[in-house]
Amino acid sequence: MELSVLLPFIVNVIVGGLILGFVYAIIALGYTMVYGVLQLINFAHSEVFITGAVVGFEIFRILQDSPMNGYLKLLLALMSAMVVSGLLNVLIERLAYRPLRGAPRLVPLITAIGVSLILQDVLRFLEGLQGRFDLTYTLPAGFGNKFCAAEGSSCAPLGNFLRSVGVDVQLKDVILVVVALVSLTVLNYVVNRTRLGKAIRAVSQDRVTAGLMGIDSNRMISATFLIGGALGGVSGVLFGIKFGTVNAYSGFDPGIIAFTAAVLGGIGSIPGAVLGGLLLGVIQNLIGVMNIFGDLLGIDNLGTIDASYSKIGPFIVLVLILIFKPTGLLGKSNVEKV
Amino acid sequence: MKKTALSLSVLAALALGTASAQTTIKIATISPLSGGQSNLGTQIRNGAQLAVNEYAPQFKKLGFNLQLVPYDDQADPATGTAAARKIAADNQILAVVGTLNSGVAIPASAALAPSNLVMISPANTANQVTDRGLANMNRIVARDDSQGPAGANFIMDNLKAKKVYVLNDKTAYGEGLAAEVEKALKAKGVTISGSEGTEEKSDFSSIVAKIKLTRPDAIYFGGIYNQIGVFIKQLRGAGITTPVVGGDGLDSSELPTIVGKAGANNIYYTTVAAPLEALPAAKTFAASFQKTFNNPAQGFGAFGYDAATVTLKGLLEAIRANGNKAPTRKMVQDTIRKGTYKGLLSGEVSFNSVGDRKAATLYVMNIKDGKAVLETSLPVKPPKN
Repeated sequence: MELSVLLPFIVNVIVGGLILGFVYAIIALGYTMVYGVLQLINFAHSEVFITGAVVGFEIFRILQDSPMNGYLKLLLALMSAMVVSGLLNVLIERLAYRPLRGAPRLVPLITAIGVSLILQDVLRFLEGLQGRFDLTYTLPAGFGNKFCAAEGSSCAPLGNFLRSVGVDVQLKDVILVVVALVSLTVLNYVVNRTRLGKAIRAVSQDRVTAGLMGIDSNRMISATFLIGGALGGVSGVLFGIKFGTVNAYSGFDPGIIAFTAAVLGGIGSIPGAVLGGLLLGVIQNLIGVMNIFGDLLGIDNLGTIDASYSKIGPFIVLVLILIFKPTGLLGKSNVEKV
Repeated sequence: MKKTALSLSVLAALALGTASAQTTIKIATISPLSGGQSNLGTQIRNGAQLAVNEYAPQFKKLGFNLQLVPYDDQADPATGTAAARKIAADNQILAVVGTLNSGVAIPASAALAPSNLVMISPANTANQVTDRGLANMNRIVARDDSQGPAGANFIMDNLKAKKVYVLNDKTAYGEGLAAEVEKALKAKGVTISGSEGTEEKSDFSSIVAKIKLTRPDAIYFGGIYNQIGVFIKQLRGAGITTPVVGGDGLDSSELPTIVGKAGANNIYYTTVAAPLEALPAAKTFAASFQKTFNNPAQGFGAFGYDAATVTLKGLLEAIRANGNKAPTRKMVQDTIRKGTYKGLLSGEVSFNSVGDRKAATLYVMNIKDGKAVLETSLPVKPPKN
């Protein structure tokens, strides 16, 4: 195959991986923030995120026939998902983690898994009441169109650039990246520039000392769960927009990959979670198309690595990272004080 | 003295019993009449009832009172097998029409086998239903292993595809189906531009990218509608309008909903349950079904009717061969396996040595703008003829 065909293909696969990576990145932030403050892996986060996806589905479904502007519908869906997922996450912390705060680490880990299973079935039950299982997103008209429609028509500068390198993306992909970037910027601002962020950081460094300085650590932990859950809600809606269908059980795979992304970037580190998410998205997509290169280069063994292996890729990378740089790419090592 | 009186009355009762057995002949149906699949199961029962209504006068002339006794299996193997045992205990029942689910047919027919009670299936497609070689198990629909080659033939002959991308869902069903299709395509010299399995349920981006690169003329996906629906949605979203072909796993009204209005086009699947418009003789059947049950007939109603018709024609044949006396179950079983039945809604029926229909039909449906319409029908033969 000539290079003129193959090059845009590779660029497309990488761009697709980056778009997917943004979804992973925002889910990963939910894990990393909670871990940063409580050293707890909130395994129920994948269901918090799917709850956001379900809320988004319901909003798009209810507004399906309304003449409202598509972007306004999106904004409504994002806001509702953020509120529901955020409050749900606070509730989970209050009911399932706070009573166990002094317990050995394994205990909250097990409750997290329990909460995750309960939420899956609650979601399935609620949608099942209405006779639904696979929830199909009905996006506003135009979201599924190509970002830069016909050859020769005028496009935004970004569209022209993408077309010149042979990449075609849909409008919804661009929306996804923009929403992800806005959420990241807002989060960065809240954590690094506000009093609330300062208090959260203080609690994450040393809960006891922060308490002595007059910071109500329980409130800060609730705030962390609220923010993490709201990000989960955003990523749920983005996931629904990207893949078109969700059900009560579809949170598991992206959840565990996003968790991997958080560890890969260095769990507890916000830029690390983003970097990890983007890396895993690209790695996953590249492994998924590996067999094409096997065919082209005539390497038999490569030809058998098909899309069913794409999700193993991230975990192999994780193992390598944990062997060679256990703190993750951007993580700081925890110094145990005696 | 007392003893003789007792034995005499027993003898008399026995004589009466045989006398009434000669006047009443029952056939039974086993199908889900309650639960999630009762819609299809009731169709089978009603179709059989219609055939019994039609043939009752002929039996009357020969001195028999013909009756249908429906049994509910709730689509559950245990319930279906219990029903089969009850049926085997009722000496007046000479044949069984059923079931809807292969999982029920397999144990139920095994339970009926020792009493030589014949079963004619209007719906079961699993290979194992007849592969066990039971003398009493027959079916009038195509087998699962004819779906693969039929799908491959459709891709070559109707879609004229030279290059096909084959996918499967990594389950026994999907992988087996895709392997059959691939084998048949390769045998005819069609290029397989890619062949892979995926358990993925939401993210098909790398597969879509590969399909875009290799530009196949058609895509075959062995799997179930909920996964394939998402795949097609993403495929169409990427601007690829290539036809997608699958097996009866796609036979669900949910599929177009998942794919969405814009993309629910150019999707084909093979299925054994014919839409009524595909059966030319079904017009009067559909009218009398509607009149009798106040409910429109569907494909499985027509196959229930055909299965019962085969049963009743076989019964009449066995009665005639037995000098117009009620035949034994074994006679009915052997007569039905040997017979050839013409003029049915779905054409001529005759069985091979294991009970598969010698010439069955698979129907290819085409989803156009979200609605499944009949594209073509393909004759298929079981492996052993």
